[in-house]
Amino acid sequence: MSEITYRDALNLALKEEMRRDPSVVVWGEDVALYEGSFKVSRGLLAEFGGERVLDTPISENTIVGVAVGAAMGGVRPVAELMTVNFALLAMDQIIDHMTKIRYMFGGQVNLPMVIRAPGGGGSQLAAQHSQSLETFFMHAPGMHVAYPATPADAKGLLKTAIRDNNPVMFLEHELLYNSKGEVPDDPEFLVPFGKCDVKREGKDVTIVAYARMTVLALQAADELAKENIACEVVDLRTLAPLDAETFVVSVKKTGRAVVVEECWRTCGLGAEIATRIYDGCFDLLRAPVRRVSGLDVPMPYSRKLEKLCIPQVADIVAAVKETLAAKY
Amino acid sequence: MKETSLRAILPDHELVRMYEQMVLCREFEESCAEQYTKGHITGFLHLYSGQEAVAVGSTHALHKDDFILSAYREHAQAIVRGAEPRRVMAELFGKATGICKGKGGSMHLFDPELAFMGGYAIVGGQFPIAVGLAFASKFRKEGRIAACFFGDGAVNQGTFHESLNWARLWELPVLFVCENNAYGIGTSVERSSALADIHKRTCGYDIPSVRVDGMDVMAVHAAVKWGAEWVREQSRPYLIEALTYRFRGHSMADPGKYRAAAEVELWKSRDPLPAFAIRLIEEGIVTQAELGAIKQEAIAVVQQAVTFAEESPWPEDGAVWEDVYV
Ligand SMILES: Cc1ncc(C[n+]2csc(CCOP(=O)(O)OP(=O)(O)O)c2C)c(N)n1
Ligand SMILES: [Mg+2]
Repeated sequence: MSEITYRDALNLALKEEMRRDPSVVVWGEDVALYEGSFKVSRGLLAEFGGERVLDTPISENTIVGVAVGAAMGGVRPVAELMTVNFALLAMDQIIDHMTKIRYMFGGQVNLPMVIRAPGGGGSQLAAQHSQSLETFFMHAPGMHVAYPATPADAKGLLKTAIRDNNPVMFLEHELLYNSKGEVPDDPEFLVPFGKCDVKREGKDVTIVAYARMTVLALQAADELAKENIACEVVDLRTLAPLDAETFVVSVKKTGRAVVVEECWRTCGLGAEIATRIYDGCFDLLRAPVRRVSGLDVPMPYSRKLEKLCIPQVADIVAAVKETLAAKY
Repeated sequence: MKETSLRAILPDHELVRMYEQMVLCREFEESCAEQYTKGHITGFLHLYSGQEAVAVGSTHALHKDDFILSAYREHAQAIVRGAEPRRVMAELFGKATGICKGKGGSMHLFDPELAFMGGYAIVGGQFPIAVGLAFASKFRKEGRIAACFFGDGAVNQGTFHESLNWARLWELPVLFVCENNAYGIGTSVERSSALADIHKRTCGYDIPSVRVDGMDVMAVHAAVKWGAEWVREQSRPYLIEALTYRFRGHSMADPGKYRAAAEVELWKSRDPLPAFAIRLIEEGIVTQAELGAIKQEAIAVVQQAVTFAEESPWPEDGAVWEDVYV
């Protein structure tokens, strides 16, 4: 075990997988010489050279499309989108091509590729640079979607993503890059897809979250513990495949659930999770499922307004208390 | 070749005004850097220092109601077009008195009264919008053109190529102005474009183009003057590539280590401000003392802008729900 940052955990995952498998290549805007705008690809060019670590033009749709072609041709590309916001320019290759090719060609071809994309809000980057688009990817069948909350999960999930023979959308939270945690050194340490992680056990209420929202949920759980409220925090880790079983089992125990999502509430992933909970244990619920969500507005720049748009620890605490107060 | 005298091109007061604006923009940007360091300005901050000749030379060659669009390095474009420095600064502080009520920030300035139709942070996002504005002008027979500013990195987006083709096909009055500052973040033009001569990339769309020294405000002015009138008369697109340089990193977060010190120094020796000042003095349009006064005035305006921004109120919480829909 070593205590390292989320950024370094991702960097290590890339290096280990590139050492293990010579068909893994990395490309994206400013990933090679500049070592990534968030420095996740630090040292890659030096170690693996310009044949495997490549800078691209600012052409997102083509960054993804070329990865699709390369994957079809036997390479394992890890393509970085500088931020997830620019995935919107690549939605054609992501949704129209990457997620459909295997199915529409009758399963004759696999696309073992990863798209890495940092995202989320909270740094006053305004409407075009602060988006939480996770639901957009979850919505489309044909790709896996991972979104780690801790350095250990970041490393283990990225390694699994690179070894996966399905296309993977690998989301990273910009505000987590500097967060630290214990990470196994074992190069065979993998975190499976489709398995939630119960990050904290508790009997009173289940909080379902992912990525930075998990970190906030754990802080909220700490605060609530002071008032003798025991929260169980379930971290999704992968949004697709979605492990409903784990959170449904938890809600069966607690009878109450709060879902925390950074994305817009309308048609956000919280709606899907609430539905899965209703499907799985409606009869055992003691209160309606509550959602703590991003506000349904484009992100404002002003930090005073921005704060209102992103779930805060206090919002989670309040939602848990409201859930507990509900009498049905 | 002997240079034409400045006076033969523009009246004294306009030449002086251009210089004043270049100095104001430089002071404004340097003050922004300071306010960012103090934590008053947050988010991304991309400064324009070094590129002033492009915004000033271009804006003075356009009609006041011609549309201007730009990317996220657009404070100077907005200010030269007439945006009040204090309201731009307030925007950067996220205050309610900002030009976009604090909702846009540094990358998203906008003022339709000035026909300043926005700063866009998605590289290449402004191209089709410029084409659409040109369409509106032609459709409504307004005689306005759309001047679309963008970086060297933006020319590899599909929207650039699609918009060039479209503007030519529909015969729309768009003036494309590439501010080639040699880098898109840490990647040089040579490392991102198969054909580094950006102006030549219009060949495939039958659009004429020219390359100009973007450190020379009068060269930019001449090119834009000619180009804008051609675009207006022909109702067809034209492209100008201005060779320029940003003196700072890509944004405040970028130390800019990918550029050799000698390269930066070479470009700084071509700083468009002193270069223009020397010509103004040589031709007796301003005195050394007046140059000093211009700088003092710019510093004062910027200081007032900072004070205004500091003293302005934050937006009300309720503002978060406003402006989503009409
Ligand atoms: C679609 C998109 N991709 C990537 C980015 C990240 N990004 C911001 S600025 C930039 C470089 C743009 O360079 P250039 O067009 O030359 O403009 P300059 O910054 O030099 O003025 C990049 C890659 C973005 N904002 N939008
Ligand atoms: Mg550039």
